[in-house]
Amino acid sequence: MKIACLIKQVPDTETKIRIKSDASGIEDSGIKYIISPYCEFAVEEAIKTKEKNPGSETTVITLGAERGIEALRTALAMGIDKAVHIDSESKIFDSFTTATVLAAAIKAGGFDIVFCGKQAIDLDNGQVAQMVAELLDWPQVMILEKIDFTADKKGVVATRRVSGGAREIYEVALPALFGCEKGLNVPRYASLPGIMKAKTKPVERLKSFDLLGGATPLINFINYQLPPEKMAGKKLPGEPAQQAHDLVRLLREEAKII
Amino acid sequence: MSDILVLAEYANGKIKKTSWELLSKAGELASQTGGKVAALVIGSNVEGFVAELASYGAQKVVVASHASFEKYNTLGFTKVFVEAINQLKPTVVLGTASPLGKDLFPRVATRLKAGLASDATDVRLEGGKLKARHPVYSGKALVDVEFNTSLQMATTRPNSFPVKPANVGAEAEVIKLNVDPGTLRAPMKEISQGEAGKVDLTEAEIIVSGGRAMANADNFKVLREMAEVIHASVGASRAAVDSGYAPHDMQVGQTGKVVNPKLYIACGISGAIQHLAGMRTSKIIVAINKDPEAPIFSKADYGIVGDLFTIVPLLTQEFKKIMAE
Repeated sequence: MKIACLIKQVPDTETKIRIKSDASGIEDSGIKYIISPYCEFAVEEAIKTKEKNPGSETTVITLGAERGIEALRTALAMGIDKAVHIDSESKIFDSFTTATVLAAAIKAGGFDIVFCGKQAIDLDNGQVAQMVAELLDWPQVMILEKIDFTADKKGVVATRRVSGGAREIYEVALPALFGCEKGLNVPRYASLPGIMKAKTKPVERLKSFDLLGGATPLINFINYQLPPEKMAGKKLPGEPAQQAHDLVRLLREEAKII
Repeated sequence: MSDILVLAEYANGKIKKTSWELLSKAGELASQTGGKVAALVIGSNVEGFVAELASYGAQKVVVASHASFEKYNTLGFTKVFVEAINQLKPTVVLGTASPLGKDLFPRVATRLKAGLASDATDVRLEGGKLKARHPVYSGKALVDVEFNTSLQMATTRPNSFPVKPANVGAEAEVIKLNVDPGTLRAPMKEISQGEAGKVDLTEAEIIVSGGRAMANADNFKVLREMAEVIHASVGASRAAVDSGYAPHDMQVGQTGKVVNPKLYIACGISGAIQHLAGMRTSKIIVAINKDPEAPIFSKADYGIVGDLFTIVPLLTQEFKKIMAE
């Protein structure tokens, strides 16, 4: 079985965001980069899938700047077999052009099953996985919480978490794409032997231009700005009974919410 | 054509409030384009929703009804949605950034090569083109999404727009879509229900959340009792979830749910950046924490420095009193 996982390298969750003076994006300098958390679930699931299907091969794919190689090495250190780095060549990508490039790489790779994160935590679009599936004409299950192979390994039973704690269970024939949710698995830490092995695992380098097929962005992000700052309000004084009484009155009379 | 099309969602036999708010917003946009507000409803026996959709502002209702659509199906619904758009030729298509909307809109947009803005907190028309406001970096920044395509699609965050009062008895033109799903790929085998009647955190108007200070899962009972009185949904911080006090789907935050309530009551939550990322657009934030230096107080409209196990039961009593007035 050929298993792929797609990852995105994003700023660390603690990053203090600074906007460029021309509002065209965020200031890049001094940012620590990580594999987007939901993508980590995808890497882990790819490794677990190989463990359940001996003789399989796993590949991690990313589209991004040169520094993305580091993210790939982390995935390789966790246990992925091979990596593909698609260089974004300093171009701006929207979800559609990102998906176009990734879908082309997946098609070329002949994969049976692809895991992604349900969204990347930088741009918070949550669109690329579904767009890749559409371009490949594959079924998708997003918000993946559980997945099991059928006995013949030609399909899976996949559980998707929806609103209010409900769960939808799908029967999906492969090839198919899955958007991983927290709770699907617990990503392993890279072991020291894993880190050493990762240094010599193959990293194929591709250029995004070659995979775009002339596609151009369907939308643009403009006018980056900081949100209105939420200022501190009041701390209610007095004994607990007084505080509780006052809060409820304020919520009704001042905030007009209750 | 300059119609605004809304994908309507329903649950428990009723159109969801999130669809009402979209119909209201669509009405505003349509008055600027000179087009009509249209609603699309996909499912089994969904003709019954026409009256309600009309009352909330739909002037046209596209009904895509088929027994196969009793349960959601990504590819089946994608095909029908695309057909409806091709038939109606709207200029803007709106939906909720719900699990369904987030699943469906990217596929439809890709099939139609339409620009898509996801999880928008506002949509407006500027010079005849749609602009959507979208939080990025977990809400630490905002961007405007501008479209390079004539067909413009967007999903919006629940509770982003006010709902215009219903005009009961309003009528809409009904357009029956000829639906032929064929054999569905990747069918849903079953759905296992969550807590009946509970509003999902992402759509809740009032939320009470517990943090690590809850100390165990049982103690959430204290929050549930208060939530019951004010019709709130109950959430949790990552610390509480990782400690096993609450399940993952209660987590509010960067790697949990993003919520947009009018009132958020944070109990024993310190207010880490990653938690704020999930609830910073709450209209009113109340913080209850023993630690006067907890970061959450710098973002709270109202703060109580105190033990949540003392304060929350007192609040429950006070809420009961005021709700009875």
